[in-house]
Amino acid sequence: MTEVRKVGDSMKAKTLTGAEILIRALKEEGVEVIFGYPGGQVLHIYDALYNEKQIKHVLTRHEQGAAHAADGYARATDKPGVVLATSGPGATNLVTGIATAYMDSVPMVAITGQVACNMIGKDSFQEADITGITQPITKYSYLVKDVRDLARVIHEAFHIASTGRPGPVLVDIPKDVAVSSTEFVYPPEFDLPGYKYIYNGVTAKLTQVVEAIKKAEKPLIYAGGGIKASRAHAELLEFAERINAPVTTTMMGKGAFPDDHPLALGMPGMHGTSYANYSLSECDLLIGLGVRFDDRVTGRIDAFAPNAKVVHIDIDPAEVGKNVQIDIPLVGDVRKILTSLLKQVTAKQHKPWLDTVYQWRREYPLKYCTTTDVIKPQFVIEEIYKATNGEAFVTTETGQHQMWAAQYYKCKYPRQFMSSGGLGTMGYGFPAALGVQMAYPESIVFDIAGDGSIQMNSQELATAVHYQLPVNIAILNNNFLGMVRQWQDLFLDKRYSHTRLEGNPDFVKLAQAYGAEGLRVERPEDVRSAIEQAIKSPKPFVLDFVVEEEENVFPMVPPGGSLNKMLGGSD
Amino acid sequence: MKHTLSVLVENRPGVLTRIAGLFARRGFNINSLAVGETEDPEVSRMTIVVDGEDERIIEQVTKQLNKLVDVIKLNDITQDEFVDRELIMIKVCCDSSNRAEIIQIVDIFRARIVDMGRNTVIIEATGDGGKVSAIETSLKPFGIKELVRTGKVALVRGAKNRHNE
Repeated sequence: MTEVRKVGDSMKAKTLTGAEILIRALKEEGVEVIFGYPGGQVLHIYDALYNEKQIKHVLTRHEQGAAHAADGYARATDKPGVVLATSGPGATNLVTGIATAYMDSVPMVAITGQVACNMIGKDSFQEADITGITQPITKYSYLVKDVRDLARVIHEAFHIASTGRPGPVLVDIPKDVAVSSTEFVYPPEFDLPGYKYIYNGVTAKLTQVVEAIKKAEKPLIYAGGGIKASRAHAELLEFAERINAPVTTTMMGKGAFPDDHPLALGMPGMHGTSYANYSLSECDLLIGLGVRFDDRVTGRIDAFAPNAKVVHIDIDPAEVGKNVQIDIPLVGDVRKILTSLLKQVTAKQHKPWLDTVYQWRREYPLKYCTTTDVIKPQFVIEEIYKATNGEAFVTTETGQHQMWAAQYYKCKYPRQFMSSGGLGTMGYGFPAALGVQMAYPESIVFDIAGDGSIQMNSQELATAVHYQLPVNIAILNNNFLGMVRQWQDLFLDKRYSHTRLEGNPDFVKLAQAYGAEGLRVERPEDVRSAIEQAIKSPKPFVLDFVVEEEENVFPMVPPGGSLNKMLGGSD
Repeated sequence: MKHTLSVLVENRPGVLTRIAGLFARRGFNINSLAVGETEDPEVSRMTIVVDGEDERIIEQVTKQLNKLVDVIKLNDITQDEFVDRELIMIKVCCDSSNRAEIIQIVDIFRARIVDMGRNTVIIEATGDGGKVSAIETSLKPFGIKELVRTGKVALVRGAKNRHNE
């Protein structure tokens, strides 16, 4: 991110309690919505929120829901998401949400209550060492033991969360700190001598990239979540069109380059398109932009892009060379570096290369067998895409439905698609959708879910109904933990060990019990009208699509395999 | 190959666990670690010695360490000219029959006897890792009752300092 977020003018010094300082500081940081759940050690913080008009607090039904909602809000708005929970179990319930945000570099500030300073370390009631627990899954964390540090800590937390490579920051506030008072001055001065990140890449390396592009005959751009974090989508578009290189976008980068652009190849990797994977295997120059060469993308490392000179542009020096040997590393902000590159790179044509790539795309498109008697899960996604004109916000849970959503819902905008890419969190999508809908009340939001995942946070239906968030949940119900079943099918001789979900609820009745609407859809010809009914409804709407039970996600690069050998890719 | 990392960190609670955690999650053993305040009481210097059979893992850990908000400056000084010291204290069995021999060894290593009991002496020695190990080996035949060794501390030679390096 390029600019430090705007903060208000320094206030005249005035004595406030820690709880009041927290709320004032959040306002100074421009926070409009926080997601949270009260408890004993945050009693006074919640008291400071009583009758609060400027900041809207969304009460979820589980702290994990609050964390994912804050994450969805952050991904949709490009502003740090804020979540508030009490000490002990409240704080530990945030852990999955924080880890999800950390893996996907989502800016988030998590505020937790803590037992009073003199009770810390005594196994007091509802005490948990949350800074210790979250240490490997936060960008930084604070235990505030003096109220005089609080304003500075909040200011720093927002700065750290949203600059450099974004990520979650946790602030743990003991109860006595929340009740004691001090003067409030904002913005306070940073005290961060060790916080460093590089925005501008090395100029000498830039020349090497320009030379490599000049020489390349088969260039490929591999773009990821870093494009979104640095708001570089416009530069990426110009860059790709200028050098006429096809673009494969990771799931985290989905929407960073329009999926319907002629140069777009969709997702690479394990469930990527055949043509993206063939292009990776054949290219002679690979330009990685804001990516981390994740194992789900690379497959077998020694067979990854074997013929290519590899350029890696990323803001995090620790990502460069971590998984794949890099020929030209450039550490810095992707947008800044692309802007510099655009000043030097001249237009190029690669007709033979593009002809080959486009031929792969024609010959081996994403496909599935359609039938008239059972609903295919991919068909549901395609119908949602058509019914929403490709304009909806889409969140997903984790599993087969997530891969189908990534394959078949074509995105136009960088902040349109939210999915737990790194951690692969089941139960992410629905609360995340609530966060998105909070930010954009008028937009259409779809959570594409599985019958397994949705049950991990279905309690948030209460939140959706209470706050009148008309999120649409499309459950691709195959009565299985589909992705695990697929692996059992392909690699374990169809021994479906504990993956059949016996005892699923009636999802329509479940929705109705909360005051939402629901519809069970069993026939392909009813899919479209059901989707339209859900979109029109002013209430949260659960669509229970009964789909083909044993449908598999293809193409698939078997784990540890090389990208050009896919199951169901070319036949 | 052993790597020596010289790390300037904020002198705050929790910093040591953050650093140790980065090694632990990769199953990396820290050979030695010494930490103490610097001339600036808000800053501590850690000298960390790690075994790095895999250079890429060392590079990765170094980069991750550098990313920590509490790490102000990190240098892998393995290839630099540096002065390093360890301190060892050894409690050795000692009676009138072998006392003279032990004192002779102490003199040879320019070590010091810092405590003398009825049947034991405590010997203190400083030096680089090789010297410290050598004195330990020499005293082993007398029977080592207890031993304590600090981690290595190191400073790069010459005019370099943390403000200009």
